Amino acid sequence: MNTISRIGAFIISVYQYVLGVLALFMDILYWIFIGPFKGKTARRENIFYQMVFVGLRSALIVFFVTFFTGIVLAMQSAYQLERMGATLYVASLVAVSLCRELGPVLTALVIAGRVGSAIAAELGTMKVSEQIEALELMAINPVRFLAVPRFFALFIMQPCLTVLGNISGIIGGLIVGVGSLGINKDLYIQTTFKYLELKDIYTGVVKSFVFAMIIALIGCYEGLNTKGGAEGVGKATTNSVVISFILIILADCVLTTIFYFSEM
Amino acid sequence: MSENNKEKEVIISVKNVSKSFQGRKIIDNVSLDIYSSETFVIMGCSGSGKSTLLRLMTGVIQPDEGSVIIKGKDITEISDKALDEVRRSFGMLFQYSALLDSLTVEENVSLPLKEHTKLAEDIIRIIVKMKLSLVGLRGYEAYYPSQISGGMRKRVGLARAIAMDPAIVFYDEPTSGLDPVVGGVIDKLIKDLSAKLLITSVVVTHDMQSVFNIADRVAMIHKGKVIATGETDQIKNTTNPYVQQFINGKPNGPIDLFKEDIGIKEALDL
Ligand SMILES: Nc1ncnc2c1ncn2[C@@H]1O[C@H](COP(=O)(O)OP(=O)(O)OP(=O)(O)O)[C@@H](O)[C@H]1O
Ligand SMILES: [Mg+2]
Repeated sequence: MNTISRIGAFIISVYQYVLGVLALFMDILYWIFIGPFKGKTARRENIFYQMVFVGLRSALIVFFVTFFTGIVLAMQSAYQLERMGATLYVASLVAVSLCRELGPVLTALVIAGRVGSAIAAELGTMKVSEQIEALELMAINPVRFLAVPRFFALFIMQPCLTVLGNISGIIGGLIVGVGSLGINKDLYIQTTFKYLELKDIYTGVVKSFVFAMIIALIGCYEGLNTKGGAEGVGKATTNSVVISFILIILADCVLTTIFYFSEM
Repeated sequence: MSENNKEKEVIISVKNVSKSFQGRKIIDNVSLDIYSSETFVIMGCSGSGKSTLLRLMTGVIQPDEGSVIIKGKDITEISDKALDEVRRSFGMLFQYSALLDSLTVEENVSLPLKEHTKLAEDIIRIIVKMKLSLVGLRGYEAYYPSQISGGMRKRVGLARAIAMDPAIVFYDEPTSGLDPVVGGVIDKLIKDLSAKLLITSVVVTHDMQSVFNIADRVAMIHKGKVIATGETDQIKNTTNPYVQQFINGKPNGPIDLFKEDIGIKEALDL
């Protein structure tokens, strides 16, 4: 009985969470698409500031993560391909798996950890120190003022960072291929692009748009619904990372399935 | 001003409002009328529900029962948009300032102006300078809230509250955490605002000196109930033992922290 009621409570709380996030999403869409016609929208300087924070300041860490992943990926696949005497194909394997899968997902995980958590912590602190209440009392909608610029910035910058991730991963692979596997540099580059199709790149980019929305929505939702002082802020921050991670992997699975069966 | 209160229009009317949190009744059937351009003080002990009452009056939280009518509009019924419209004529000073951490002092004070008016940048800058000098903080424009003291933050909060020249200003403990001199300056400012600009002020405080300095009328709340209302002199000379104890700050009397607070009672096993 206890377990059943606990499962029931869990299902209800998940259901309410989903409803809450969807309501926030609707609100954000309203302020992006309908707000401007009513003379109220996010301020450009806010969006710009967030884009710098999300994009520029995250570029280095995205570079590092994907660069080393490219190196590892090249070595691991070389280990397999060498036996078949097909070392050259390291190039295309690295490129395709990065663009389709690892680039978008790794970038999203890095950004969820770095930006999503920061959003939750910042908005959560604002919530518990009555700053959100102060905004409401000044008749400034917190979703428009705080959530929209962050959502927008992530939506624009996530795909850019993903492409950066793809490129740095491929460079990592190239260094292994040329440096340690002794493949000719031009040949490596040629092979990279020979098997890399446009759809490999854009399916990855499509994923990154979805991941951006997940990170922004969860970060903002957790932040705006923080309760109970510093401890609550800590909880919101942790939750934002954990839930974003789970949703990113889930969404990746769903999208990959869709792309697979629609032969993209 | 006190004689003609009767003819004055009621600008805020709280009608039989109750609010509970987690089964505890924090505000219990409170009714208050606040007249246009008076300074109305709500006093009471810590935890008596003063801040909660302000939250109810400003529509941040909804009452379980009763209604709050501001300028003829029941803010517990109207749409969010209409509520925002009413709120534009509000200013609010928060107990803990509630300045936006990520903005400088100047940006904090100018925020409502930038959001709600189409004034040019340099005009806004002048208004901000004016408001900041009213609270004695000229020259601190570029500081962030974390770089100034708590009392200064409070004064920035006050400058922000009056930035839009509101018709009604709510003050949650405007002088707590300030030194007596600055406290006196703030008291005088609140008085001037209502005398010269006919602003209605609703002040929550337990600073008795400030109460007698600024109040036209006073209400005392205790455990979520209004236990006395009246003009300042009436309150000063009341025989109500609760009010007398509160005004004089006596540890013993009908307000008994040890007997009445269930938490403490249980803790001491009385
Ligand atoms: N959101 C809330 N959830 C639960 N309890 C609350 C909430 N807000 C207020 N309370 C309770 O209501 C009571 C009154 O709180 P309130 O902040 O209104 O007191 P106050 O009169 O402003 O006190 P102080 O002078 O110390 O600021 C407190 O006992 C508090 O525990
Ligand atoms: Mg209070």
